Amino acid sequence: MTRSIPQTLALYAAVLLLAVFTLAPLAWMVLMSVMRPEDLVQVPLDWWPSQLDFSRYATLLNPYHDQGQRFLFSLRNSLIAAGGATALALLLAIPAAYAFARRGAPMLLLFGFLATIMMPPITYVLPLNAAFGALGMLNNLATLVIIYTAMLLPFAVWLMKSNFDVLPVEVERAAFVEGASTAYTLRRVVLPMALPAIAATAMLSFLVAWDEFFYALIFTNDLSAKTLPVAIADFTAGRVADYGVIAAVGVMASLPPAILALLFQRLIVSGLVAGSVKG
Amino acid sequence: MSFSSRQKEAWLYLFPAILLLSVILVLPFFQTVATSLTDAEITANPVKPNWIGLENYIWALTDPYFREALGRTIYFTLVSVGLEGVLGIAVALLLNQNFRGRVLMRALIILPWAVPTIVNAVAWRLIYHPDYGALNSLLLQMGLISDYRSWLGNPATALNLIIVADVWKNFPLIAYVALAGLQTIPGDLLKAASVEGAGPVRRFRSITLPWIIGPLMVVLILRTIEAFRVFDIIYVMTRGGPADSTKTASFFVYQEYFSYLRSGSGSAYAVLIAVISGLMIAGYYIVAQRREGKGQS
Repeated sequence: MTRSIPQTLALYAAVLLLAVFTLAPLAWMVLMSVMRPEDLVQVPLDWWPSQLDFSRYATLLNPYHDQGQRFLFSLRNSLIAAGGATALALLLAIPAAYAFARRGAPMLLLFGFLATIMMPPITYVLPLNAAFGALGMLNNLATLVIIYTAMLLPFAVWLMKSNFDVLPVEVERAAFVEGASTAYTLRRVVLPMALPAIAATAMLSFLVAWDEFFYALIFTNDLSAKTLPVAIADFTAGRVADYGVIAAVGVMASLPPAILALLFQRLIVSGLVAGSVKG
Repeated sequence: MSFSSRQKEAWLYLFPAILLLSVILVLPFFQTVATSLTDAEITANPVKPNWIGLENYIWALTDPYFREALGRTIYFTLVSVGLEGVLGIAVALLLNQNFRGRVLMRALIILPWAVPTIVNAVAWRLIYHPDYGALNSLLLQMGLISDYRSWLGNPATALNLIIVADVWKNFPLIAYVALAGLQTIPGDLLKAASVEGAGPVRRFRSITLPWIIGPLMVVLILRTIEAFRVFDIIYVMTRGGPADSTKTASFFVYQEYFSYLRSGSGSAYAVLIAVISGLMIAGYYIVAQRREGKGQS
């Protein structure tokens, strides 16, 4: 279809508007993280700083500095909590999804799984707090991994099931005819075919766990288990002399998910769409 | 393999998942329901709570503060998800056009969604900062305001500005799902409608929207569930203030638990929120079913 000149102008104006709306807050956060502290408190702001200051990043990556320690420990904790929960959730979700897709497990049960994520976390948090407290497991990364696994599991099962559904069943049947066990078929036949789906599910799960704040806020209270979101909330809650530090922490906390999202965009979006279409 | 052994196998494969969800989510839910029927409190020296029946619920339903918190949460949910839906569809329509840099734009709009919620909240809090914020500076330099303002300190604007931050982060999700739907619409269908004299609005309403509404419904439901439990962005941006103007239901219960240490009444509030959340999802589901039924007839 051909466009008239005003239509073309309107189109590019809309694109420009979208680009500004999408990128301006991010660009500003990055800029704040490298502006000198005295430039950040100018009224009104001078948008083009005369000098850039990367010292905050050096501080945050320095384990012997108080801020660096807080950042690096919480980064490690986030990696363990989100990575561990993603791995565990997939480990449990794959056989469960296969049971729904190929072994005729009742769909009502799947709806039951999904119903658990429809409840807000505040309906679970108090009994969990009491139970993990009684086990002496508060402020413990293992506790976060367990809770995050439960939080990720229903969605992971749903995504994996909708992907198993569309795999060709003939190959599995052939393996079965030749006497392969279900475990073998699942491992050697189904999983290789479902690899893109597994990767998409893993990435979505990781991003969700990386983002989690509420449980981490309640179940952790020091460097040994606090995750990045909680550490960032702490950075903003205390009396901060330099807003650039907060911006720098924000930039660094956004880098892992942003890189994942940009590199594996096709995979992530296809995972999201598969979940929406087949739901 | 016989039918029954297949069934047995299915249950074996499901068992770990069922066990985990039962222990971590289902059991605590029923414990919360049980607690909501008592006058339990969070104390260092626990005393046996008394059974008080539905008293907490009667209290909760007549509590004006809770009702206000619920009202705010519903407002936040409807406006946020509504704007995300409209903006998401508009962006998808835009990115479905042919223009230079389309591939780049499609890639870039995933960035707000990838930014963690807490970082999103922090970034916007800095933008809205009353003394040094970018919004104040920008509006002043454009001559739209004459003095810096405390945007998040004003009960009239705080919640709406939080909504802006929420929409910024979440519209990409809806845009991607809508775009994927748009790409499956056969071009001939739109062309045929165009030839028969249907204008762009008509084509959108009777072809495009019905085509993409199914997948959109699912992602809108997911967003509704998330928005209704909103906590993190509020915690960082305003802590429920000023004058409770951003205190949402989850935040209300959080305070009931951890500030006032009332686990009995807090649990009742939590159960009520879960029930309302469930009703909203059921409502969506029914609307979606109806629409689908209409589309087929």
